Amino acid sequence: MTPRWSLRPMDAAGDDVAVDVALPQPGTLGMPPGPRFLEQTLAVARRAMLRTARQRALLIFPMVFPLILFAINGSALSPATRIPRFPTHNYRDFLIAMPFIQGAMFVSITAGVDLARDIESGFLNRLALTPLRGEALLIGQLGGALVVGTVQAVVYLLVGIASGVTFASGVGGALVLLLLSVLIAFAFATLGGLLALRFGTGEAVQGVFPLLFVTLFLSSSSLPRDLIKASWFRDIATYNPVSYLLEGLRSLVITGWDGEALALGFGFTLALLAIALFFAQGAMKTRLARK
Amino acid sequence: MIRFFNVARAVAWRSIHNTLVNPAILVPSIIFPLFFLIAFAGGLSRISDVPNFHYRSGYTAFQFVFVFLQSAAFGGVFTGFAIARDFDSGFARRLLVGAPRRSGIIAGYTIGALLRWALTGGVVTIAALIAGMNIDGNGVDLIGLVGLGVVMNLVAALWACGVAMFLRTEQAGALIQMPVFVLLFLAPVYVPISLLTGWIHDVANVNPVTAVLEAGRGLLAGSPVKVAIAFASLAIGTAVMAVFARRGLASAERAG
Amino acid sequence: MSVAAAAIEVEKLVREFRKGPRAVDGIDLAVSPGEIYGFLGPNGAGKSTTVLMLTTLLPPTSGRATVGGYDIVRQGAQVRASIGAALQEAALDAILTGREHLMLQATLQGLPAAQRRQRAQLLLERVGLTEAADRRVGGYSGGMKRRLDLALALVHSPRILFLDEPTTGLDPQSRAALWEEVERLAHDEGMTVFLTTQYLEEADVLADRIGIIDHGRIVAEGTPARLKAEIGSPSVEITPADAEAGDRLAELLAAFGEAHRNGRGRVTVQLPGGEAQLAEIVRILDRADLKVETLQLHQPSLDDVFLAKTGRKLEGAADDAAVEPAANGRRRRRRGG
Repeated sequence: MTPRWSLRPMDAAGDDVAVDVALPQPGTLGMPPGPRFLEQTLAVARRAMLRTARQRALLIFPMVFPLILFAINGSALSPATRIPRFPTHNYRDFLIAMPFIQGAMFVSITAGVDLARDIESGFLNRLALTPLRGEALLIGQLGGALVVGTVQAVVYLLVGIASGVTFASGVGGALVLLLLSVLIAFAFATLGGLLALRFGTGEAVQGVFPLLFVTLFLSSSSLPRDLIKASWFRDIATYNPVSYLLEGLRSLVITGWDGEALALGFGFTLALLAIALFFAQGAMKTRLARK
Repeated sequence: MIRFFNVARAVAWRSIHNTLVNPAILVPSIIFPLFFLIAFAGGLSRISDVPNFHYRSGYTAFQFVFVFLQSAAFGGVFTGFAIARDFDSGFARRLLVGAPRRSGIIAGYTIGALLRWALTGGVVTIAALIAGMNIDGNGVDLIGLVGLGVVMNLVAALWACGVAMFLRTEQAGALIQMPVFVLLFLAPVYVPISLLTGWIHDVANVNPVTAVLEAGRGLLAGSPVKVAIAFASLAIGTAVMAVFARRGLASAERAG
Repeated sequence: MSVAAAAIEVEKLVREFRKGPRAVDGIDLAVSPGEIYGFLGPNGAGKSTTVLMLTTLLPPTSGRATVGGYDIVRQGAQVRASIGAALQEAALDAILTGREHLMLQATLQGLPAAQRRQRAQLLLERVGLTEAADRRVGGYSGGMKRRLDLALALVHSPRILFLDEPTTGLDPQSRAALWEEVERLAHDEGMTVFLTTQYLEEADVLADRIGIIDHGRIVAEGTPARLKAEIGSPSVEITPADAEAGDRLAELLAAFGEAHRNGRGRVTVQLPGGEAQLAEIVRILDRADLKVETLQLHQPSLDDVFLAKTGRKLEGAADDAAVEPAANGRRRRRRGG
């Protein structure tokens, strides 16, 4: 259906000319009222994944660095297994949980920087001018991060197994570990998105990165909580949610099926995801500045 | 010679000034070493319960030496970041054009790195003392330890200068940092080398940083070991990296 | 303005930022359907802030505006469905190709799947990007990016198009091509175009009407011809071949008005009857057998209009207010023209 136009130009002196234009109503240009939420989300997710696939070099460092640390610390800290009451004889069984969390933190920063770049460049404004819903943008954008997190998790798992890590919970446990680690990556990616929406610049997002790593080291990443000698450090690790993410993953390797550890691991992950999503949605609404 | 020192002084002053007036640079350079001290000395202190772990001055002192030397190395590395930024912003070209003795530029950056590390090293030392670190070495031993840090800082700064001048972009950061990081961590960081097993033991055995680390720990504990080897390794490192940095400068000059 | 429905209507629109003066300080304007409205002003005048408000990307502090008949505050979704916008930042993803941009835009705008590819191809042809369509945007020139930006704004066939300094930084050829397309959109397709610019020539050539904005206020509005006519009539400057003939030249030209003597026998006189009097001057000089070295006609320019209204030239005014807050809340120093 073509719009009805009946237009005469203004005269040279700029005097008003009566204009008779029938302005078509929205939806009369042959288009449906607006794309569905799923279609929007998939479109944004497709873009995120294209960007990831075309910047493969950027994926290498976040994937390799945790493995380097795993290799080094796996050997350098192996004497720790001789501490009385250390839960395993193979330090790598203890340490394997670390790369998953480190990888998730890298995913967080990458997702945040990507979104911040869209904000800084004005690309978000372009998207804001479409009927795109904020929730679709957020979830779609994180889709790329989810793919990266999944690939990373599979690589870490395979490397761990190749280096001698054995699962007390068997194949099923390895799959649950994959599921939990992907959820953790998604939760951290949402956190990265929140930082981007809140601060609006890649610099600010990257500035938070050291803080994330601090939370990783102030946890039970290197020793079990009950073996940490300094009581103040033990207390910090006890209150640090990252400890429970590590312990949830680790329990599948060392203990087997530990209901409490898994409940805490999944619980804290889902709580982080829910809180980050909630605040990220609010920040997205503010950022889009639409009424 | 006078022109050399004038250039070096000017570059060093700018380096210090930029650090002191820019919290985004100053704060992380102090916070990170402190953090490592807390994480390693605090979180891993149980490691000293490993059978046959013998270190007279305690685990805090054991880890302090690593953090002290690591902060020296990274103090030098951060200089490379600053140089790379200068190239990206075009300021480095201004320096190259304006400096009558260009080798003074390298000297200036390394002096700046050393002065910055003096601040960081001081803060880390005070923090370790507050945490109850034992010092069993005498004044000469401690001067030796500081000397190890100074030369470590110099080697790392020259390495960073070289890489930054060859690549002339801020994206060189990872290439500057990673080799230093890996080299540091392939030394006996958490336990003495006698307790390491497997491939890490073999690598640590040939890693020159191991000698420096053991010498530093020995000096702090008042039982110096491998001090001559440590300083010799660092001296060789300094000579090699000085040539590398000078070649980097030449590369930057040719690029214009 | 006696219109059935103005395409854009703005009433006392204000935008304040927390730190700084009012970026937009109570503007009123109306744009007719199918009109090219040029919003002209120096850097920091409030042009982009106005566009951001009218495109619903920035809420106004006070005042009201309707775009396409919809209120920008209460009916934002309908406004956005009616408009296309090419904002000052080209806002493209360097990793995606031109075609991928258009497909994404088409999907998000709700075009049926069957139409998306066709629409993308049509727009690529219209803006001359078919050969570069499958190359990453990171490799596009500035002109190509602007063309893609325009194509993206047209994906959903909007009735109203906002162009925020569309030719800043472009070479003359790209600029001319963009002007041609904008004219075609307005005059052949009846699209309403709201165009901001800091280039006098662009406003003069393209716009049906111009609003001149300075420090957040509209200081003058009208067609280019009327604005210039308000300032004064054209003048002619004649340099005689013989510098000694200056007096005689001044006597001859006195019939038109007060003749001003400049150096080297040059004489300038205003033409109250407009440039049509130029022919008469030539005849008089010819009859008097007075040889002329140069004869130049000076028309009042929009810069003269700006000068008359604000006391300063438009082209130097950028230095006075070079910082305009951006939609994401960060203040940015604007690109020079």
